[in-house]
Amino acid sequence: MNHLGFKMDKVKVGSFDFTCCEGCQLQLANKESTLPDFLNLLDIRNFREISSERHNDYDIALVEGSITRSDEIDRLKAIRAQATVLIAFGSCACFGGVNNLKNRIPQDEAIREVYDGKTIDTMPSMKISDIVQVDLSIPGCPVSKEEVERIVIGVVTRSQVSLPKYPVCVDCKQKLNTCLFDLGEICLGPISRAGCDAVCPTGKTPCLGCRGPADDINFASFKQLVKDKQLSIADMREKLSFYNGFAEYLDT
Amino acid sequence: MIYKVISKTEFRAFIDAIVKENRAYGPQKVDTGSNGKPIYQFMPVKSAAEIDFDYTVTHSSAKHFFLPYRDELSHFNFTDGNWEQEVNYEAPPTILIGLRPCDINAINILDDVMLHGAYPSPYYLARRKNNFIIGMDHLPLPDCFCHSMNRHTVNHGFNLFCSDIGESYYLSINSSKAYSFLKEFELQEPTYEDNCRLIERRKDIKHSFETKIEVSGLPCFLDIEFDSPIWQKWGDKCLSCGTCAMVCPTCYCYSVEERFDIDLEGSTRQNHLYSCNLVDFAQVTGGHNFRPKNGDRLKYRYYHHYRGFAANDNQQICVGCNRCGRACLADINPKDVINDLRLERESCLTCVLPSPSKT
Repeated sequence: MNHLGFKMDKVKVGSFDFTCCEGCQLQLANKESTLPDFLNLLDIRNFREISSERHNDYDIALVEGSITRSDEIDRLKAIRAQATVLIAFGSCACFGGVNNLKNRIPQDEAIREVYDGKTIDTMPSMKISDIVQVDLSIPGCPVSKEEVERIVIGVVTRSQVSLPKYPVCVDCKQKLNTCLFDLGEICLGPISRAGCDAVCPTGKTPCLGCRGPADDINFASFKQLVKDKQLSIADMREKLSFYNGFAEYLDT
Repeated sequence: MIYKVISKTEFRAFIDAIVKENRAYGPQKVDTGSNGKPIYQFMPVKSAAEIDFDYTVTHSSAKHFFLPYRDELSHFNFTDGNWEQEVNYEAPPTILIGLRPCDINAINILDDVMLHGAYPSPYYLARRKNNFIIGMDHLPLPDCFCHSMNRHTVNHGFNLFCSDIGESYYLSINSSKAYSFLKEFELQEPTYEDNCRLIERRKDIKHSFETKIEVSGLPCFLDIEFDSPIWQKWGDKCLSCGTCAMVCPTCYCYSVEERFDIDLEGSTRQNHLYSCNLVDFAQVTGGHNFRPKNGDRLKYRYYHHYRGFAANDNQQICVGCNRCGRACLADINPKDVINDLRLERESCLTCVLPSPSKT
């Protein structure tokens, strides 16, 4: 590849899934309009949604999913040892995600409910950064393909990569959506990181914060808002804990 | 300006005719709030029947028709070691229906910022020139304070303005385009009674304002109150979500982003409307943030609206629509913030020593 007279090597990428639905990896394989150009930026070494070839000489590891089994820890550590840059992508990898819901109930109860008492190797769900160092996080359930493309382009061209620091409200207002608080609902938009194009509130579904907290959020004011509107604090906590992105705020 | 009177039925026929032929936006009820009140926005319309002529106020302003929330400024094409820039100033002709005097005043203020400065914006100019604005008066809502800002009436910046005088609209025709559009429709010369009704309507509007803010001398108060604890008090409430700036008819601050095309053969430069309340508004290269505190950022929004422009251009850029106050989830509004400032100042004036007497 040649860009403005600079020769650029394709980056060697491996994509790996742990406990998850693989929806984020599918997102990358979706959106056919840009798929050929997207793949052209990359040397895919290991990505089962895209190629049956398996190589272990990748530089960048995309890691999807949370960690819920002991063998996953060893596999993740091996990926970390190989990768120069490890990117956690998707809410499961970044925060523990929906899988984290099982941490709220005793483990044997969860196994009995889901697997009818069979012997299952499982442990409380953990995010990737609980086990290894994460260099870059791309949250979202699922991730936004545009954002991943932008970040991959940034990595390839060695230019700055960043996520929006402001909350979802900015994008939501730009879409002229009716504020869901005006419709009597609790929406995590005012405290959740933007970058999703406010897709849930645009569909009149309250934001559940799949992208985690925005930078420097005012949680006290948000909680006051829920109280002032006479909405349920229990409902707020339920939403905050859905993707586990707001774990540090649950006890405040 | 030419003044005519048109029956409401004939006016609707006129609107119907122009919106069918053009890209048009008008007030439309988009939702009913949990308080039972309708929520309006300027939406695309294809017939007069789709327009709520008797609407109260739109949640967002009409700003984005002139300053889109995201706007492509240019596209760059890379060719062997070189690049070409493509710029597109084209804007489709657009009709905006039902703007309130404060909304039109806001556009006139944006004209001053975007067109009358040292570097006029060709992007803004293209959209502004290709717009046809039909204004409509209304009785103020309890929290409207445009009268305090002297923006409750408007005499330029529109093509046509309609004052509701009962069965008819009293039309102020302010462009040859509007005049020729109306030629096909039945208009009357205003009668003595019509003139009386217009004056009554104006009085009625003027006397219906319930919210008043004292803004005279405010630039000076703001200078004095730069270090006031009031900014932290309101900043502690602020969610830094940028909602106020997004719905505001005059907030025009923006950021510029450049993005590569995915094939790396080109890139775009985009303008993105931003808010001075957002956490990284004043963050610079290297990471230093000049305004890391909510209260400081909130303060600067008030300074921009009520001080900076008043000092530099003899006008405040707030038009008193209170969209920010209505939309703010943290219940921050100009009336309470400004009253808070003045209250502090006036209460401390009471403890000043009496003037010395001569004897």
